[in-house]
Amino acid sequence: MDALILTITTLFKIVLVLVPLILCVAYLTLAERKVIGSMQVRVGPNRVGFKGLGQPFADVFKLLFKEVIVPTSASRFLFLTAPILSLAPALAAWAVIPFADGWQLADVNAGLLYVLAMTSVGVYGVIIAGWASNSKYAFLGAMRSAAQIVAYEIAMGFALIGVLMMAGSLNLGDIVRAQSGGFFNWYLFPLFPLAIVYFISGVAETNRAPFDVAEGESEIVAGFHVDYSGMAFALFFLAEYANMIMIAALTAVMFLGGWMSPIDGFGDGIHWFLIKTAAMLFVFLWLRATFPRYRYDQIMRLGWKVFIPVTIVWIAVVGFAIYFEVGPWFSTVRGTVA
Amino acid sequence: MTFELFVFYLFSAIMIFSAARVITVRNPVHAAMFLVLTFFTCAAIWLLLEAEFLAITLVLVYVGAVMVLFLFVVMMLDVNVAPLREGFVKYLPVGILVGVVMLVEMVFLITQRYFKAEQFPIPERGTAEAMSNTEMLGRLLYSEYLFQFEIAAIILLVAIVAAIALTMRRRPETKYQTPSQQVEVRKQDRLRVVQMPSEKRT
Repeated sequence: MDALILTITTLFKIVLVLVPLILCVAYLTLAERKVIGSMQVRVGPNRVGFKGLGQPFADVFKLLFKEVIVPTSASRFLFLTAPILSLAPALAAWAVIPFADGWQLADVNAGLLYVLAMTSVGVYGVIIAGWASNSKYAFLGAMRSAAQIVAYEIAMGFALIGVLMMAGSLNLGDIVRAQSGGFFNWYLFPLFPLAIVYFISGVAETNRAPFDVAEGESEIVAGFHVDYSGMAFALFFLAEYANMIMIAALTAVMFLGGWMSPIDGFGDGIHWFLIKTAAMLFVFLWLRATFPRYRYDQIMRLGWKVFIPVTIVWIAVVGFAIYFEVGPWFSTVRGTVA
Repeated sequence: MTFELFVFYLFSAIMIFSAARVITVRNPVHAAMFLVLTFFTCAAIWLLLEAEFLAITLVLVYVGAVMVLFLFVVMMLDVNVAPLREGFVKYLPVGILVGVVMLVEMVFLITQRYFKAEQFPIPERGTAEAMSNTEMLGRLLYSEYLFQFEIAAIILLVAIVAAIALTMRRRPETKYQTPSQQVEVRKQDRLRVVQMPSEKRT
């Protein structure tokens, strides 16, 4: 009986996280078009509903009613599982994100590792989609995406090592609690290079512009999802935007103090988490409207020759600073780590 | 049967099935995907053992990185299945020999006195207040097993250097960019503004 109640409450909590998330994804697509529109001095979609607020639903219903076409020479089973393989990790990673103090689905001790594992599994959707389509363009997109994600995952992991050195914990809730006491204590300042590397690697990991060579409309049509239509295609977009929101939320949790208010003790709560996540999402859209797409070899150079050395050097710096108890940020670290 | 036992048998069944499919399925990409499924279910079983660090690292390292590169190679190679199956009978004795050796080793490990399952105490259930698995491993690795840990790290480093040295080829005909030089270029190095009087149209 207890197990039954536990299952039902957990399911209810999952719905409570997923439904707002999917709504956020829907309205993020609208926000993206509106923001980029105004950056390019256009209006953006404004026909469906009040000021275009019905646009996401119009898009979803259009895609729902379209036929899912499976190419004749495609590997049918993998072709249809690929969108699910990319969506499932994107949603599963939300289990450990702390929305406010104690507001998380699973208070896992190895939360940070779990998030890293889930983001790295997401690449299978892209690779399998590219291979199963049996098309050269899709395959090229998949290959590009695989190499890119493997490269940036290392930089991302190294950036997070700095965070866990400071916090002394892999638990995301504990990481936020370690940043309490006003915005001066956020890890953005002592770990500034790592925060930048993390966010940019996050953009690369989600295949967003300027790192969207996996899609690369101008070179390889639409990359890995050339052959997808209807709802299968929509699932890829759902996964991409869910991943975007997750990278933004993780940046907020690990470098911007999560639910903590910028002024110590001044109304901590979920609203700060949401504000910070929304701000990081705006940066995602801003990047897309600002930068041209990277060339492929330049992406590889940035990942391997710039980001990884930067993170390794900064981890060494953080290590020495913690050992010698330097300055305003590192002097308290050793005392708090048990 | 408790729920936990049910979950264990479920995952074990999936794992054995997918492990068997890895070697029986014809398409190499499908085989690689079955291997991914095997890793996943193995991680789930480790989670049941409360070894969350190992379980998540298995997914992170093997599923997230190693198998991606594996798939990368398998997809790029156009493996033709028919020639691979020709040598089946020829290599069968060797295969059987290796299989038998592995089986004997396993039986030896499981049934012999020193390695019997009964020889080991049932691990105690960790309480919520107890140290997490990750922290415990970290403490052991960096204190008691520091020497072994360092040796493993050195071996890995040598392997990285060797892999790069083996695969790196300098190709003189390839044109490289040096971004630092490109950034350093100034206007006066490349651009010459020529002043000349305008000419009448003839």
